[in-house]
Amino acid sequence: MTELHTRLENVAVVGAAGKMGSGISLLLALELTWRALERRDATCVLNLIDVHDGALQDLLRYLRAQAAKDAEKQINRLRALFRDRPDLVDNQEMVQEFVFELLLRIRTGKTLALAREAWLVFEAAYEHEPVKVAIYRELAGLCRPEAWFLTNTSSIPIQGLSEACGVPGRMIGFHFYNPPAVQKLVELIQPAGCAPELAALAAELAQALRKRTVPARDVAGFIGNGHFIRDGLQAIRRVERLAPEHGFVPALHLVERVSRDFLLRPMGCFQLIDYVGIDVFQQITRVMAAHLGEDLHSPLVDHLLELGVKGGQSSGGTQKAGFLRYQKGQPVAVFDPDTGDYLDLDSPPVRAAEARLGPAPVPGLSWKALHKDPGAAAQVAAHFQALAGLDTLGAALAREHFLASREIGLGLVRRGVAQRAEDVNDVLKLGFFHLYGPISDYLA
Amino acid sequence: MTSLPSPVYLAAGAATVSLGPGRREFSPRTARPGLDHYIQAAGREVLAQLSDPAGIDEGVIGNFMAARFNRQGHLGSLMTIIHPSLEYKPALRVEGACASGGLALATGIKSVLSGLADTVLVLGVEVQNTVKALYCADYLAGAAYYAGERKDGAAFLFPGLFSDRAGAYAAKVGPELARAGMARWYRNAVEHARLNPAAQEFHNSVADLEAQGLTPPNPRSFTDHLNLFDCSKVSDGAAALVVASEAGYRRLGLARADVIEVTGLAQVTANLTSPPPDLTELTTSRRAAAQALAMAGIGARDAGIFEVHDCFTISGLLSVEALGLAPAGGGAELVLSGATARAGAFPTNTGGGLVGYGHPTGATGVRMAVDLWKQLTGRAGDYQVPVAREHGIMVSMGGNDKTVVSLVVRR
Repeated sequence: MTELHTRLENVAVVGAAGKMGSGISLLLALELTWRALERRDATCVLNLIDVHDGALQDLLRYLRAQAAKDAEKQINRLRALFRDRPDLVDNQEMVQEFVFELLLRIRTGKTLALAREAWLVFEAAYEHEPVKVAIYRELAGLCRPEAWFLTNTSSIPIQGLSEACGVPGRMIGFHFYNPPAVQKLVELIQPAGCAPELAALAAELAQALRKRTVPARDVAGFIGNGHFIRDGLQAIRRVERLAPEHGFVPALHLVERVSRDFLLRPMGCFQLIDYVGIDVFQQITRVMAAHLGEDLHSPLVDHLLELGVKGGQSSGGTQKAGFLRYQKGQPVAVFDPDTGDYLDLDSPPVRAAEARLGPAPVPGLSWKALHKDPGAAAQVAAHFQALAGLDTLGAALAREHFLASREIGLGLVRRGVAQRAEDVNDVLKLGFFHLYGPISDYLA
Repeated sequence: MTSLPSPVYLAAGAATVSLGPGRREFSPRTARPGLDHYIQAAGREVLAQLSDPAGIDEGVIGNFMAARFNRQGHLGSLMTIIHPSLEYKPALRVEGACASGGLALATGIKSVLSGLADTVLVLGVEVQNTVKALYCADYLAGAAYYAGERKDGAAFLFPGLFSDRAGAYAAKVGPELARAGMARWYRNAVEHARLNPAAQEFHNSVADLEAQGLTPPNPRSFTDHLNLFDCSKVSDGAAALVVASEAGYRRLGLARADVIEVTGLAQVTANLTSPPPDLTELTTSRRAAAQALAMAGIGARDAGIFEVHDCFTISGLLSVEALGLAPAGGGAELVLSGATARAGAFPTNTGGGLVGYGHPTGATGVRMAVDLWKQLTGRAGDYQVPVAREHGIMVSMGGNDKTVVSLVVRR
């Protein structure tokens, strides 16, 4: 019996019903259930803790639906597993039995005391340092002295957090990307003084969950937010620089279009900030600024939040309006902080700005067209070659953005946040679905 | 029996769209028509071709698993929704797995031969997209010996059973030839379906179908010897026609040119609990076809149009052997020669067959007869072929070659 298997007998997730927590809960529930069925060990327990009853009920519905999907996908494995169960014959009977087996391992509740017997505690609470500190202080008093803590924080330095909460050496950063059930990346942050057994277990667990790990140093923001926050801020600053000439809304649209279509990214910078949530973005800038002493403050972000413009997703998963407004997941309008209203993308000022961008470097090329194409690398290279030679506003803005993004990446390596340039590139490719890493030879 | 005791005719055929994956209008997430719709659509299209829509004496409905797919039994009584004149007349549902439609035809023919009816509305229906394909496989497993074969069978039981046949066939004729034959069968099926607006593959626009058909099977995700293109899809649909005596079709306002005559009929059943005697042969189908041909007094090569039960491409290859169009092991070569394509010497499944048109299980046998009727009376529209000889033959197979109905017809 491995340490991991023993520890998976009792696991807790704090903040289980949130966006990240529900995905983490699903991955753990599936892993626990398949393990338990395959090793005929029915006693493992997954404690899912959150502060909202309704959200916990939604979580159980989500787990039920996703468990059925996973069992359907792995029906051959399931049929082999139930070969000696004469009462289970149809696929449907086996899938339902799997769902039942998964749900019977789950306990939900609103109290942290549910984590009392857990060997592993995952935490995916709101990204706000005082919230996390309060949770861990309580857990430190409740949990077994052997319990280990895996935090999903994307920005808070872990050594400081663990020491402040009285669990030094027992905490590691295990940072999933959104949505955890889909994204292949886990950023692993091993703080100074972390028990080596915990680090080994985290690596083994990531492998069991079929995740790729990238090590990051315990520096606020780590690699992922280290790039994302600074890249988002450079976009905001560029908008502010272009606004006097083009108007705010057209300027934002220009930067959004360039960062998506001229840089072949799945989303522009502002759609990505909306996806993460403007409030979460602000929170992370504050954490990073406090720990790094770097100026990451954006008055525009503060202003939007004061106006109640937050982005993020509804409980049903649809994108809420932020910098942009969406229809069926696609941006259709840009927020104008002066009027407090959204201006449609097909309105004359935005279309005029669009015309100023100039043609795409390679017509027809987009992230969507390339992300499943095994020959994408050559096409991306051709795209950047074309981009280098274009004398248009769009190309100039794209070059500026790209070079700044590369500089952010290089800075992460220089400061040792990433051990290697490849780690930065891997985080952007795996965690943000970029087609290429920022530290590349394009435009060199 | 050497010949039918009195002449029996098929007339006024109708087949609905075969709805399911592949059709543009199909989405698993939006609501779709149910059993009632298909029964009415096919039944009423038949009645619309008659001078007297109230002139039907009896109804027979072939269906396999509505009790599970739609939680509906008692389909004989449901036939009355087609037309008020069917109320208080005899109607019954017959079932023989995927040969349910074939059995419905045989039952209608027997009714006419008994003299108790001159006109029988024969309909086949199945609405299967009520569940995901994985659960559809559970329901269709009832066509095998459930108590003996389901538990240890593949998740997709029937693809698994016919994969075993494809594996045995590959061992017999060589894996390359077997795969090439199956890929060509797939290509023919889709190319035929592209001419049939009701076919499930009508919208298929893949350029290189044969390359798709050559895709190596993936044992981990599906089966050892079949890929997904080798399989007929999950379908909703219905087909119907009138089985009539001469007096019967004349009473309905039809002329001899509007009908085809049944000259051979065979209905053969094999032991459901026994494994096939030879995986590389459709033994029961072979017997049924031979009996029907003998009754008609012709050989298979004397027919000008063919309908076989290609639930999988391998069943297509084995079917042309069972008919006697090719020697044992010669099916792949015959298909690769082009003989079974619409322009070949033995145009087979010209509306797409099960792989191309679709396989609404209970409807399929009836749909085959409808396609023979269309081709032999010149009503096949864009998929009409010049039928060189006056006879046509169909083989409707249920389960793993356990219930088979074969009909020989002539114009």
